Amino acid sequence: MQEIYAEVKPKNPLERVGAWLFRLLISLFVPIITFLVLYVGFRWLRDTEAPKAIIALVAILWGVGGVALLYFVANWFVERLGERWRALLQPYVFIGPAVAILVWYLALPTVRTFWLSLLDRNGQAFVGLKNYLAVFTNQDMFTAFRNNVMWILIGVTFCVALGLIIATLADRSRFETFAKSMIFLPMAISMVGAGVIWNMIYDVNPNVGLLNAIVTGLGGKATAWTAAANIQPWNNLFLIVIVIWLQTGYAMVLFSAAIKGIPAEIQEAARVDGATEMQVFFKIMIPYIMGTIIAVTTTIVIFTLKIFDVVMVMTGGQFSTQVIATEFYRQSFNAQNSGYGAAIAIVLLIAVVPVMIYNLRQFSQREVF
Amino acid sequence: MAAKPRSAKRTKLIQDIIVNGSLALLVLIWTIPTLGLLVSSFRTREDIQSSGWWSILPHKEWVQTEEFAVPEGLDRDGVMNIRGVEGTFEQFRNGLTSAEGDTRLVWLGNKRLGKIQVQENNWTTNTDFTLENYGQVLAGKTFEIRQADGSVTTEQGDNFVGAFLNSITVTVPAVVIPILIAAFAAYGFAWMKFPGRKPLFIMIVALLAVPLQIALVPILRDYVKVDLNGTFLGIWLAHAGFGLPLATYLLYNYISTLPKDILESAFIDGASHFTIFQKLIIPLSVPALASFAIFQFLWTWNDYLVALIFIGAKPDVQVLTMRIAEMVGSRGNDWHLLTAGAFISMILPLVVFFSLQRFFVRGMMAGSVKG
Repeated sequence: MQEIYAEVKPKNPLERVGAWLFRLLISLFVPIITFLVLYVGFRWLRDTEAPKAIIALVAILWGVGGVALLYFVANWFVERLGERWRALLQPYVFIGPAVAILVWYLALPTVRTFWLSLLDRNGQAFVGLKNYLAVFTNQDMFTAFRNNVMWILIGVTFCVALGLIIATLADRSRFETFAKSMIFLPMAISMVGAGVIWNMIYDVNPNVGLLNAIVTGLGGKATAWTAAANIQPWNNLFLIVIVIWLQTGYAMVLFSAAIKGIPAEIQEAARVDGATEMQVFFKIMIPYIMGTIIAVTTTIVIFTLKIFDVVMVMTGGQFSTQVIATEFYRQSFNAQNSGYGAAIAIVLLIAVVPVMIYNLRQFSQREVF
Repeated sequence: MAAKPRSAKRTKLIQDIIVNGSLALLVLIWTIPTLGLLVSSFRTREDIQSSGWWSILPHKEWVQTEEFAVPEGLDRDGVMNIRGVEGTFEQFRNGLTSAEGDTRLVWLGNKRLGKIQVQENNWTTNTDFTLENYGQVLAGKTFEIRQADGSVTTEQGDNFVGAFLNSITVTVPAVVIPILIAAFAAYGFAWMKFPGRKPLFIMIVALLAVPLQIALVPILRDYVKVDLNGTFLGIWLAHAGFGLPLATYLLYNYISTLPKDILESAFIDGASHFTIFQKLIIPLSVPALASFAIFQFLWTWNDYLVALIFIGAKPDVQVLTMRIAEMVGSRGNDWHLLTAGAFISMILPLVVFFSLQRFFVRGMMAGSVKG
C-alpha cells in the first residue's frame, strides 16, 4: 500500500505546492459558498411577500436542510485535513454546535440575567441587591408567591393523588387502555387551548358556562369564578383545576408503569395472609413505587413553579391571580423594568437549584462516563 | 362451606362494580371539558348564546305547537279564562301552565293586540349543527349576520389558515434542528474522546432544570441587535436552545448504551465517524429520536411564552396559540369562533398523540424535567 501512495505523490515541489493551494482553496470555497447560499435564503425569507404556503415550505427546507448541510460541510472540511488534525477537530464538529447553542441560550443568559438583576430598571446604574429587596417586600410579589405556594400545594397534591388513584383503578378495570387514553389526552392540548375550554366552563352566562348552569340549577347565583372579588383568593383554585386536568395524565402514566413493575407474588402473598385492599395499597404499593412518586412530584412541582400560560390566558394575572412567571413577564416586558424582572427570574432559578444538584449528583454516581 | 365461595364471588363482583364505576365517572369528568368545546364549535352563534351545549342531549323543553289570536270579548284588565287556564295578563305574559302540567300558554305582544302561544313540554334534542364557525375562522372573510331584530351586521372573520401555516413553519424545524444537533452531540460525548468532554457534559446536565425565563431578556436583546427578532430562524434557535439539554441528555443515555462491537467492527472496516453516525447510529436510535420528537413537537406547537416574546412584534408570523390568546382578549364572548379556533389548534397534536402514544409514553419514562 505504502509504495503505491509514494508513486502517486507528485515529485515536483512546485506541483506539490500547487496541489496544496488548490486543496486549500476548495476547502475554503465550499464553506463560504454554503454560508452565502444560506444567507441568501435567510434574507429572502425575511423580506419575501410570497404566499404563506410557499414561505412555509421554503422555510422548513431551508431550516432543516441548512443545519444538515452545515454539519456535512464542516465534517467534509475536517476530513480533508490530515489524520492528526482530524482526530483533534472532529469531536468538536459533533459537539460544537450543541455546546455553542447551549452557552448562548442558557449558560451565558444565566450570568447576564444575574448581572441585570443588580442594575436599575434601564440596566444603567448599579443598585446592588435593591431589586431583590423589592421582590421580597412588594405586595404584588407577595401575592404571587402566595399563589405559587397554593398552586404547588393543591395542584401537585391533586395531580399525584388522582394519578395514583386512577392508575390503580385502571390496573384492575376492564377498559384500562381506553380510560388511560382519555385521562392522558389533555396532555396534548396547549394551555392556551385549555384556557378556552375552561373559560367556557366558568362563563358567567349559565347558558354557556357549565359550572354556572349547575349552580343556578341548584338554586345558587351565577358567579364569575376566576374574577369575582368576593371569592378571592379562592378564585385561584379554579385556575389550579385546569392544571390538575392537564397534568394528572402524566402522573397516571408513570405510576401505571411503576405499578405494573410490582411483582404479583408480593401482593398475592399479602392477600392470602388476610390483608385488605387498602392495606395492600398503602403498605405494599405505595412503598414499592416511592421512587416514582418522588420523581413525578418533583417534575410537577417544577412545572407548576413556572406556570404562566394558563394564568395569562384566563385572567392575565389580574384579580389577585398573578404568579411568579406572570409577574416576571409583566415587569420585564410591560413595565420595562429589566432589573426587577431579572431579579424575579433569578429567584425562580434559585428555587430549582435543589433539582439541579440532585441531577448532578445522580450523574456523578454513574461510573460509565 | 358452600356459602363461602358464593360470598367471595359477591365481594369480588361488588369490588368490580366499584372499580369500574368510579373509573368511568373519572373518565367522564375528564372528557366533558373537551367534549363541550368540540360540540360548541359546531353550534351556531345564536344557539351558543341561548342554550348550553349540553342541550344536545335529550331533555324536556317547552316547544311551541300552535299560535292563535287572543279571543274577543275577554276582560283584558282582569282575570281571563283561555282554553281552561285562568289568569291575569301579567301571569299570561310570564307563561301559565295548565292544571295537567303538559301545556303552557304564553301571551306574546301587548295587551291590546296580543297572540297566545301554546307550548307543550316535550322531549327534544338541540342538534342544529353547522360548519360555518370553521369557515369563518379559517377563511378570514367578512360575514353578514342577520340579528334577531332583523338588522344586518358585518363581522370580520379570522385568518387561522395563516396562523396554522406559521405554527407548522415554526414547529417542524424547531423539532428537527435540536434533534439533529443533539444526536451529533450525543454521539460525540458517547463515542469520541476529546479534552473537555466531562466538564462540557456536566454543563448540559446542570442546564437541564434551568427555567427558560432566565434567558428571555438577554436573548431578546441579542435578537434585536442582529435583527433576528420576529424571524423563523430566531424562534427555531430559541426552541432548539431550550430543548437541547433534555434532547442531548436523553439521546446520550440511549446512544451510549448501543452495543460497542457494532461500532468497532464498522471502524475496522474503515468507516469514518460521520459514516457510522449516519448509517448506523441514526437508524438504531429511531425509538429514542421519535420519543423526543413527539415531546418537542407538543412543546413547540403548544408553546405560548417563547412565541410571545420572540415573535410578538410581527403579526404576520403569529402562531396559533398567540392568535387564540389574542382572540380570548379581544372577542372573549364570540364562543362560536373561539371554540372552532381552539379545536383547529388541537387537531394536529391530538392526531400525533393518538397515533404515536406508545413513543410518547416511552419518552416520558426516560425521565424528563425540562427547563
